Amino acid sequence: MMELILIFISAAVVNNFVLSYFLGICPFVGVSKRISSAVSMGMAVTFVMTITAVVTWLIYHLILVPFKLEILEYVTFILVIASLVQLVEMFIQKISQPLYEVLGIYLPLITTNCAILGLALFAVLREYTFIESIIFGVGAGAGFTLALVIMAGIREELELAEVPGIFQGAGITMIVAGCLALAFMGFAGIS
Amino acid sequence: MPKRVNKLSYEFLKGIWDENPVLISLLGLCPTLAVTNSAINGLAISLATGFVLICSSLLISSVRKLIPKQVRIACYIVIIATFVTIADRYLAAFHPSISKDLGPYVPLIVVNCVILGRQEAFSAKNNPWRSTLDSSGMFVGFLLVLLVLGSIREILGSGSVFNFQIMGDWFIPWMVMILPPGAFFTLGILIALVNLINQKRAK
Repeated sequence: MMELILIFISAAVVNNFVLSYFLGICPFVGVSKRISSAVSMGMAVTFVMTITAVVTWLIYHLILVPFKLEILEYVTFILVIASLVQLVEMFIQKISQPLYEVLGIYLPLITTNCAILGLALFAVLREYTFIESIIFGVGAGAGFTLALVIMAGIREELELAEVPGIFQGAGITMIVAGCLALAFMGFAGIS
Repeated sequence: MPKRVNKLSYEFLKGIWDENPVLISLLGLCPTLAVTNSAINGLAISLATGFVLICSSLLISSVRKLIPKQVRIACYIVIIATFVTIADRYLAAFHPSISKDLGPYVPLIVVNCVILGRQEAFSAKNNPWRSTLDSSGMFVGFLLVLLVLGSIREILGSGSVFNFQIMGDWFIPWMVMILPPGAFFTLGILIALVNLINQKRAK
C-alpha cells in the first residue's frame, strides 16, 4: 500500500510530468490562459492517461511480450493511444453531452500530447505491475492538472502586469514555468 | 531562372530563422527542454529527430497521392513511428551510453509536433524534392537551437562544452542550469532575444 502511495506522490509532484520531465509542454503553454479551460484540459488528460495506462499495460504484457514483438512497442502504443482518444470521445458524446461540451475540443489535441505516450513508455521502462501502472497514470494526470491550473492562475494575474515587449507571449510563459519548476524542486527527495 | 532558384533555396532557409520550429512556432519543446542539459545530448537528439524528419518527409511526399485523406494522420504516425524505432535501435546498438542518457526521449520523437506538423503542412502537398529541402531546413533550425541551448546550459551549469572544460577553477557551476528550471529560463531568454532581433530588423 505504501508503495502505491509513493508512486502516486512521485508522479504527481516530485517528478511532475510537466515541470521535471517536460512532457505535455504544448498544452501547458497553449491551454493555460484561463483556469476553467485548464481544469477541463487537466480532467481530459487524467481521464485518457488512466485508460491508456490500463490498455497499454494489457497489450504490452499480454500480446507483445508473449509473441516477442517488443520492437513494435512504439508503433503499437501510438496507434492504441490515437484510437483510444477517438473511442473516448465518441463514448463521452454518447453518455454525457455536458461533459462532452466541456472536454470536447481538448480530446483530439491529446493524441499528440507527449505526456500520454511518455506515461506508457515510463510504465514499461520501470516494470510496473498492473495496479502500479493505474496509480501511476492517475498520479501523472493529477500532477499535470496541478501544474496546468497553477500556471493558468499565474497567467490570469500576469495579464494585469506590464511585461517588457520582447518577453510578451512565449518568453514570459517560459520564465514563469522556470520559477514553477524551481518551486517544485523543493519536493525532491520526498520519495 | 533566378526567381525559381530563389524560391527553392527559401524552402530550405525559412526553417533556420523565419519559421524556426522551436523559437517561432514553439513546436517540439519537449526534447528541446528535456535533453539539452549538455551540448552532446542536444546534438544526439537533433540528429535522431532530423533522421526521422527527413526520412518520413521523403517517404510521405513520395506516396502522398496513395494515402486516403481520411486516414492520413494515422498513416503519418505509423511511418514516423517506424523510423523512430530504427533510430532507437541504432542508438541502443552503437551508442549505448547516449541511448541511456536520452532514455524515453528517443521514442518520444514519435509525438514531436515538428515532424507531424511538417508532414501535414508541407509534405502532403509538395513533391519529394521540395519536401526534403523543407524538412532539411527545419532540421538545421532545430539543430542550431538545441546546440545553442545545450551549450549555454552546459557552460553555465558544468563549466564545459562538449565535455571540454573551458571555465577555470574560479568558476562555480550554476547547478540550476542543468536542472529543469534552467531549461525554461534559457529558452525564455532565447525567445525574447529572437523577438528583439526581429523587432530591430522590422524597423
